Amino acid sequence: MELVKKVFWETKAAKIQALAILAAFVFMMFIPSFSGAYPPLFLAWVMTYCTLSISWTFFSGKTGYISLATAAFYGLGMYLQAVIGREFPLGVTILLAALLAFGVGFGIGLITLRLRGIYFTIFTFGLALFLNRFFHWYEGVFTRTKGRFVKTFDNDMVFYAVLIVFIVTLVAILLMNKSRFGLSLTCIGQNEDSAQHIGVNTTLTKVLAFAISAAPAGAVGAAMISTVGYVDPDLAFRMLASFFPVLMAIFGGMFSTYGPIVGAVIFYVLQDYLLRTTNLYMVIFGTVMVVVVLVLPKGIFGLIDSMIAKKQRGYSGEVIGDV
Amino acid sequence: MDTFLLILINGCAMGSVYALMAMGLSTQYGVARILNISHGEFIVLAAFITFVVHTRTGIHPLICLLIACPLVFAISFLLHITLFKRVKKISPNMGVFEGNAILVSFGIYFIVQNMIQSSMGSAPHSFPFMMYPYTVGGVNIAASSVFVMVIAAIICVAYSVFLSQTRLGKSIRAAAQDPQAASLLGVKINRIMAICFGIGGLLAACAGVLITMREPFSSVSGIGYTTIAIIIVVLGGLGSVKGAILGGFIMGIAGYAISTFVDSVFMISAFYMIIMVLLVVRPKGLMGR
Repeated sequence: MELVKKVFWETKAAKIQALAILAAFVFMMFIPSFSGAYPPLFLAWVMTYCTLSISWTFFSGKTGYISLATAAFYGLGMYLQAVIGREFPLGVTILLAALLAFGVGFGIGLITLRLRGIYFTIFTFGLALFLNRFFHWYEGVFTRTKGRFVKTFDNDMVFYAVLIVFIVTLVAILLMNKSRFGLSLTCIGQNEDSAQHIGVNTTLTKVLAFAISAAPAGAVGAAMISTVGYVDPDLAFRMLASFFPVLMAIFGGMFSTYGPIVGAVIFYVLQDYLLRTTNLYMVIFGTVMVVVVLVLPKGIFGLIDSMIAKKQRGYSGEVIGDV
Repeated sequence: MDTFLLILINGCAMGSVYALMAMGLSTQYGVARILNISHGEFIVLAAFITFVVHTRTGIHPLICLLIACPLVFAISFLLHITLFKRVKKISPNMGVFEGNAILVSFGIYFIVQNMIQSSMGSAPHSFPFMMYPYTVGGVNIAASSVFVMVIAAIICVAYSVFLSQTRLGKSIRAAAQDPQAASLLGVKINRIMAICFGIGGLLAACAGVLITMREPFSSVSGIGYTTIAIIIVVLGGLGSVKGAILGGFIMGIAGYAISTFVDSVFMISAFYMIIMVLLVVRPKGLMGR
């Protein structure tokens, strides 16, 4: 409770933030009532990407352990919807998908996050491919099908489901950022040895944070696949889906909570446009990625931040740095 | 017994190509500290160069090594001195550099993969090469497999000799062991890193040329090669070239056995399970320091 007060009430900025989230939420609630059929679907995709990128940034942006497992969790959510979606209401499936992703994330974390350094990235890199081939094999041998049909839901309903997942994720991340847990994560990212010395259980913190960051990906996967109506291993476990959150987060700026959201919105709109107009869109994204890492390491949000700081204080303030 | 021999020989043929892929990645990570996600794309690039040159002019695919290798070496070398050197400059420490380097290599992966795909399509390509059988110990083996195995083994040996005997090879090993000490003793560390990144590309090109002789490939198969190479590098030990060769052959034989007894689709999944066990039991790999 104290935490809620601290994040959403105590200072002026906190109150503005709380009001803004609330206003956005209420506004979004009413969108389907006055818009046509398409905008809710479009916005649902935008929010899916936002959810993927903020949950990715929660773990990887803070700790510096780059996770490429997003596609795996996202796809697991889709498959869960395909398998049990008919028996349960959408909300229950989404919750179960989040739990499944949490569990799998926890297991992967236990295997890889005991080790420091590059092992985690290496392991998560191939995870989507592993699941892809595993499901291909399983479907080929046991169910003798390729792909499954998924129960479809009304676009508006999916929109509300994704909206709730997104808002819950956002609020949870804002709260966790200011909690002891989030601060330990930041500390691990800055210096893991120091974190251990001041009494942070680094392995448990990392594993738990990774599992938590996996849950929203599973949830949105379960929600969004019901607008497609069909799932197969190649659709569910696309390796590209693991790279998207990374790209969005870097593009928007992964050192703030809202940077990845900005990145995701720009990314999705751009993708939507480029997919319709050119087939070189991955070339464009690749170039953007290289340029952003080289020129704008803190992303668009970092750029705006430093511009504002420059204006206010007359110099380019270094906000983030080693302590 | 026949099945066993078949698995052993075909597995070694596949493993020798895997070894080349993994050696390249291992060199790039071991010295230049770049986990190159775009590695597989350079394999595919070399494969397409071979395919185009061979089908258009009828030149023996092996001669294409002389075209593909220098080209990919040059591209990789230039990528390092233009992009990665700058990334290194803006990164405060090695950990941050490794992260940023992975991200830049994603970018390169996107670009190269998409360029190949948009110019060549995503259908599988292959050409007939040494399609007659070759009898060893009572079993028939595709002659191309034996040929590929021999060439790959020659390249592996040549690279090992290069590392252990030449002055450049010695400075590469020194840079891998301790970059700071090596640079104090007069090794031009940035140059060595660029050369190692180039050599990684060169080995990828060798693997790419040899792959065309054995199996069909397409513009989207690069990421699969990268994954296999990464798995082998972890199995052998990060940065260890001997480990990469050993791991390549182990995974080749294991992969062929799995394809025979279970299903070829299951291969990468099985590799992954091996890696899961390995990370729990012996995370530094077979030959890791």
